[in-house]
Amino acid sequence: MSQDDQNGRDNTQAFYRGLTQPRLTRQNFLRGSGAALMAALAPQIARAEKVTDWKAWWAKQVPTKEFVFANWPLYIDVSSDGKTHPTLNAFTKQTGIKVTYDEVIQDDPSFYAKVAPVLKSGSPTGYDMIVMTDGWYLTEMLMQNWLVPLWREKVPNFDKYAGSSVKNPPYDPGNKHSMVWQSGLTGIGYNPKLTKREITSIDDLWDPAFAGHIGMFSDVNEIGSFGMYKLGINPTTSTPDDWQKAAAVLQDQKAKGLVRQYYDQSYINALENGDIWITMAWSGDIYQANGKGYTDLKFVVPKEGATIWHDNMCIPVGASNPLSALDWMNYYYTPEVAGLVEDYVNYICPVPAAQDYILNVIKDPAVANSPLVFPPADELARVHEFRAFTSYAEYQQWLNTFNPVVQG
Amino acid sequence: MRRLRGKLAPYLLSLPSWVYLIVFFIIPLASMLGMALAVGDPLSGYTISDNFQEFVTGFTSYEDAFARSFWYGTASTVITLAVAYPVAYWIAFYGGRHKSTYLFLIMLPFFVSFVIRVLAWEFILSDQGFVLGPLKAIGLLPQNFHVLSTQWAVIGGLVYNSFAYYVLPLYVVLEKIDRRLVRAANDLYASPSTAFMKIILPLSAPGVFAGFLLVFVTNVGDFVNAALLGGPGTYMIGNIIQDSFFENQDYPMAAALSSILMLMLMIAILLYSKAFGTEAIQEYAA
Amino acid sequence: MSATISPLPSVHKPSRLGERILACFTWAMIIYTMLPIGVMVVFSFNYAPAGRIALNWLHFTFANYRDAFGIQDLTGALIHSLEVAVGSAVISSIIGTPLALALARYRFWGKSATDLVIFADIAAPAVVVGASLLSLFLALNLPRGLLTIFIAHVAFNLAFAVVVIRARVSGLDRALDRAAADLGATPWVAFWTVTFPLILPGIIGACMLCFLLSIDDLIITSFVAGQTLTFPLWVYGAVKVGMPPQVFVLSTFIFLGGMALALVNVAVTHRREAAA
Repeated sequence: MSQDDQNGRDNTQAFYRGLTQPRLTRQNFLRGSGAALMAALAPQIARAEKVTDWKAWWAKQVPTKEFVFANWPLYIDVSSDGKTHPTLNAFTKQTGIKVTYDEVIQDDPSFYAKVAPVLKSGSPTGYDMIVMTDGWYLTEMLMQNWLVPLWREKVPNFDKYAGSSVKNPPYDPGNKHSMVWQSGLTGIGYNPKLTKREITSIDDLWDPAFAGHIGMFSDVNEIGSFGMYKLGINPTTSTPDDWQKAAAVLQDQKAKGLVRQYYDQSYINALENGDIWITMAWSGDIYQANGKGYTDLKFVVPKEGATIWHDNMCIPVGASNPLSALDWMNYYYTPEVAGLVEDYVNYICPVPAAQDYILNVIKDPAVANSPLVFPPADELARVHEFRAFTSYAEYQQWLNTFNPVVQG
Repeated sequence: MRRLRGKLAPYLLSLPSWVYLIVFFIIPLASMLGMALAVGDPLSGYTISDNFQEFVTGFTSYEDAFARSFWYGTASTVITLAVAYPVAYWIAFYGGRHKSTYLFLIMLPFFVSFVIRVLAWEFILSDQGFVLGPLKAIGLLPQNFHVLSTQWAVIGGLVYNSFAYYVLPLYVVLEKIDRRLVRAANDLYASPSTAFMKIILPLSAPGVFAGFLLVFVTNVGDFVNAALLGGPGTYMIGNIIQDSFFENQDYPMAAALSSILMLMLMIAILLYSKAFGTEAIQEYAA
Repeated sequence: MSATISPLPSVHKPSRLGERILACFTWAMIIYTMLPIGVMVVFSFNYAPAGRIALNWLHFTFANYRDAFGIQDLTGALIHSLEVAVGSAVISSIIGTPLALALARYRFWGKSATDLVIFADIAAPAVVVGASLLSLFLALNLPRGLLTIFIAHVAFNLAFAVVVIRARVSGLDRALDRAAADLGATPWVAFWTVTFPLILPGIIGACMLCFLLSIDDLIITSFVAGQTLTFPLWVYGAVKVGMPPQVFVLSTFIFLGGMALALVNVAVTHRREAAA
């Protein structure tokens, strides 16, 4: 709450400054509007100096007692009275670093749209750590050099505890700029009572018996990958030709009236209400749906493959407390802390050793033994990463291929 | 002195709004829409040029979405008017001392975030929910019937969400109609329907137009309803703009489509006021 | 008008039946708009396992209410939303009323340009407005927070306020103003004693409309909010990981609070009437 008060105070101060200094002369005003135009058009006008030697930059940093962490809502453990986050409190106790935790990320596109102009203008975002999903937005931030290369020696726990599925990801080779906060699987969710049989294959999303009750995702990265699994293609190594073929099978699926709707997050409501019987789905959603009373719903990693995605902790340039951010990463990558967070969040834990901790110390076998939170090795062997794009042109080509499926 | 003040009056009255809109609307909007002419990409940056290609590409590749948006917008606005007029009429003429309470009741559901309203509608209208389920059980509807994921769900969602926005301007205008006019008509043996057609309807025209402006224009550009309630093939131009901006990061395209949309809406509104040009409307659109 | 000048009977006799039908229709519409809210209120009493609520009846509980303000960020977000909605509705109406008067009563140079701008303000897609305001605030170096949310909300509410108030003003009898002027009232006095009471319902209507637009806005707010959260922003973000019961409970509070306000209003008018 103190953060909000502080914001309020900053705002009033800015407001009074505006009142007491009648600055908006015509000339200034025109310059201001001109700058608005510039900010929109020219990403390269940087106010801050460009850092080239990050080693020297890190050496210059002084430890601080502050840490501002921007995350998605409900993406960290909460105490039983709902008022505090135990792992954050323990971190403060252990290090003396005060954490400001902001649940300001609603989704990647809108968060990107909000911070990109700020970073373009060379101003700090106000955050020391942000959590971004792998995909074009993260790739673009990397290409723009908006993420601080990590001082890996400061995070020894990562090498010690991180699971193989989060090490050296294709979108950030060598984890130079990012470490996974949570992962998730995109597979198939279904209601066996309505499908009247078990689901094992991608082909089931094309089964005419389920016509009008099949849900697909509107996100083009997600749906494009599924089109390729249907054809037995690995999206990470696919070619534009493969994309065309995948788009064709997806168009065919739509033309035959199989698809009920191209959903965003709301697919889960449709699945819960029984409007769709089988759908592309996120593992964490099905886990939570089970927990809140929809016990019939099941999640499966189809035999042809599924997608694993990662929400990544990164340090945006301009961060004022980068060393605190490294301390946090190191603190998080332990079975205890990752376990505590996982026991509440229930996506996929980046620290496999947390499973034992949740089972034996927290004593929550429901989470520890869930294949959705700790997927078995044979399932992980079948999953693919999203395609990591190497240029905007390539990304656009992907969009132009798959957008017509969803938009048409 | 007095005449001078009379001449200056409209300028003084409009000054605050103009200042506000110039700073916080016109300049930013113009610089954003100017992006339609830019060439480049989000990584290497954009430069302004005289490239009108985006307008042509934008219009030709999304013709369907434009047509669909205008069809949904028209249908939903007409339906909203049809249901909002009687309600505004009753509240204005028969609401007595509780007029404001009735209005407030109509507003109240919208104080709750649209995310929750949509969630609830998805529950109410689900295929086997408490509305469709029983109707299917007694055989009134075929088993495969569904409302959600169709264009009718989109239009229904638009009507639901704009209902209050149409009631308000209608009420505001109906409420000021002098009831002595209606009584005079009755005294002259005009039938209630004649009195309505000849007196109330023309006098309420500014409200009909104001509501049309608010509801039609916002509904044509809407994207929320199509994204949450529509099925395959219900994408509206608002959704395309949304995608171009957030997902494709094709800012020139988003700007071009927005400009085309705004231009088409303007033409539609002008045609409307020409076609239904009562005195009040012409006064309004002047 | 009659309501403010002489209390005339509000019913014109010949159509009792018509009135009944209209009354039923109005109530049916009120119930229809409230249907989803009813669902939400009912399910706010539903057991929420693991702190996530669903529209799937498990069993009745008051537990969600005991913990209504448990999520501080959510409560804070709700307060922000209410502050911005009330503030922007009032300011939009204050700035918008004079413009509405000018547009409805005068012919002046730049009138069609004004119409065009008002129209554009309504027609501009939310992403464009949001993104353009964000780049403006960056250029002006204005820290993003409640103030910028408020500025943005006034920017889009203003046009709506003008349209509604203008509809009320247009067609008002100007003879009353002139009569007041002939009786020696200054324009200022004439405005407050004659015009203002007549257009007040329009201003109130505009305020309500702006309040609704503001409290429900997601896209524009998400651009300019900075680290500040509003209720729709928080709720929309929570959809990804499951909605906590507090969302339903706080919304129920808003709704019941509104209902209580309406009932008090009814009771007060009754009493005043009885006293008169």
